[in-house]
Amino acid sequence: MEKKVIYVDNNATTAVDPEVFKAMKPFLTDFYGNPSSIHRFGGQVAEHIENARKQVASLLGSDTEEITFTSCGTESDSAAIYSALNNCPTRKKVVVSKVEHPAVLNLGNHLRQMGYIVTEIPVDKKGRIDLEVVNEIIDTDTAVVSIMWANNETGNIYPVEKIAEIASKKGAIFHTDAVQAAGKIPINLKKTKIDMLSISGHKLHAPKGIGILYIKRGVRFKPFMIGGHQESGRRAGTENVASIVALGKACELADKYMDYENKEVKELRDHLEQGIISQIPKCRVNGDIENRVPNTTNIAFDYIEGESILLLLDRAGIAGSSGSACTTGSLEPSHVLRAMGVPYTSAHGSLRLSLSRFNTKDEMDYIIKTLIPIIKRLREISPYWEENK
Amino acid sequence: MWNYTDEVMEHFLNPKNVGEVKNPDGEATVGNISCGDALKLTFKLDNDGKIADVKFKTFGCGSAIASSSVLTEMIKGMKIEDAAKLTNQDIVDKLGGLPEAKIHCSVMGMEALQAAIANFRGEEYEEHDETDHMGRIVCHCFGVTDAKIRKLAKENGLKTIEDITHYCKAGGACGRCHDEIKEILDGIWQAESADKSNNEAGNKAEAPMTFAQKVVKVQTVIDSDIRPMLEKDGGSIEFVDLKDNKVVVRLKGRCAMCPSSGVTLRNTVESKLKEFVAPELTVEEIK
Repeated sequence: MEKKVIYVDNNATTAVDPEVFKAMKPFLTDFYGNPSSIHRFGGQVAEHIENARKQVASLLGSDTEEITFTSCGTESDSAAIYSALNNCPTRKKVVVSKVEHPAVLNLGNHLRQMGYIVTEIPVDKKGRIDLEVVNEIIDTDTAVVSIMWANNETGNIYPVEKIAEIASKKGAIFHTDAVQAAGKIPINLKKTKIDMLSISGHKLHAPKGIGILYIKRGVRFKPFMIGGHQESGRRAGTENVASIVALGKACELADKYMDYENKEVKELRDHLEQGIISQIPKCRVNGDIENRVPNTTNIAFDYIEGESILLLLDRAGIAGSSGSACTTGSLEPSHVLRAMGVPYTSAHGSLRLSLSRFNTKDEMDYIIKTLIPIIKRLREISPYWEENK
Repeated sequence: MWNYTDEVMEHFLNPKNVGEVKNPDGEATVGNISCGDALKLTFKLDNDGKIADVKFKTFGCGSAIASSSVLTEMIKGMKIEDAAKLTNQDIVDKLGGLPEAKIHCSVMGMEALQAAIANFRGEEYEEHDETDHMGRIVCHCFGVTDAKIRKLAKENGLKTIEDITHYCKAGGACGRCHDEIKEILDGIWQAESADKSNNEAGNKAEAPMTFAQKVVKVQTVIDSDIRPMLEKDGGSIEFVDLKDNKVVVRLKGRCAMCPSSGVTLRNTVESKLKEFVAPELTVEEIK
């Protein structure tokens, strides 16, 4: 396996921070006991889970009892939405947005087949949601509203606190998929009407296979995973102790680096973005430039296809991502870019670069220097370039 | 992440014969920018009817560019009759294989060649229709959608997987989509035979629907097909009356105030009712 790479695909997954690995390691090697055991060897592990819960709660501005550990962001999303529906059987409507992650969007499709009314809130050209439309769509038949805090492809930040207030007025539960927001922008749930919130560990420098669901105190919850008594009966299954400890540590570090993320990482992103769009013709930034998470840029290049860009970047040791259809083997390019009305001519040629605190300015300069000839070369092969340049 | 062979990567990284031949004897552009790949092929013949020069331009992924490049190398120097016999499998073999989901890139190469040869011979090349880019891909090898399979099956009375493969290649390579094709065919033909046996049971084979039957069917189609589509965008619909062949409906929610509700009425409501109930139906909206 190759290791040396310039990694700018942090919205897909992140490197485990060495400090996080150091914190979790003893629970894989020495302290492997089951926290539910009566003996001290197992029982001593439980306090480390509670410490991790405190660290997570501190990042989110919540109480510790409001945090439940799960296996991933998708599980948290499903658990939240099913719980809201099961707790309110008289309401038959689910409201999501057109730009949700498949974890929510495909669950919506599934619920539609089960007979629920699932409405998708549209977005404008910049991927923004209109609060008046939200107010119009959420009604007293709505059981649950689920809108992401930040979008994985464009980095757009959504006004979830305001949407939560609208939902609350109509008596609907509000859930947000905050997988792309946690660790990138400050979150303080104390002051909000947000009922439930999902986070995934591997997006903020913890390992894969761990997530949390925040359930506001006073919100009724019906568990998704049924079985043992773990997590106060809210999520059965033996605790993933090492990963829970890791996620706790990762949240503590995210808190520590929050200013760095919003200043230094943002500067790197802006430097990269400006370097690209000022030197390459016929390209533009997708999304709401003024209102994005600090690490993400999504750039559309006209008349070429994203997979080709990624393959050539890969050859140069750069790992990025694209909304092109070809990268997934489907016909349609990214549903997010299509919902924003980005034309097919550039949706297929979109490139997402997502940074982390481990990136450097030299890396950004190398990416810019490498990308310019790649785009030029692919356009020379493209049948559409000559006639449109 | 795709596992491309060394040959694919070589042709992608160092494509041969990029560009356009000046004053070509044959030329064609196939594919479509909306679905993410397109190929323009131009060639010139020498006095013996052999392909003397050939060039390509491709918008597409790595394997689309590689398929185009290797195609030009394969046919250079070939007699046009021989080139016409080339199949997408020849392209795949020359590349040492393509991932399943990328076989359609080789199909695009073959189609461009056939279209360019047809152009040289002054023949019409069969154009694609809109179902090529509708729905979801069932056969990943040849990029055939469920909409295309449904359309071909209905139009040509195709009942078996072999029929489908014969018409559009779907299911002709790896065979992983056979279950799905079967499911689509079952959906079409079992529904039809159920309709038939219902009619026969009522001793009214081929008889037109009674008024009551039509009302029930309109209601069913509105409930199960039309309303969920409108609900997705925050609208809804209510079936009010049936006057002869005029379906009277009331649009609700966001549809009621939507300026393009007329389009919704024609394109979604009326076309679905025509398709699933009876072609003579029209739709009228009351507020």
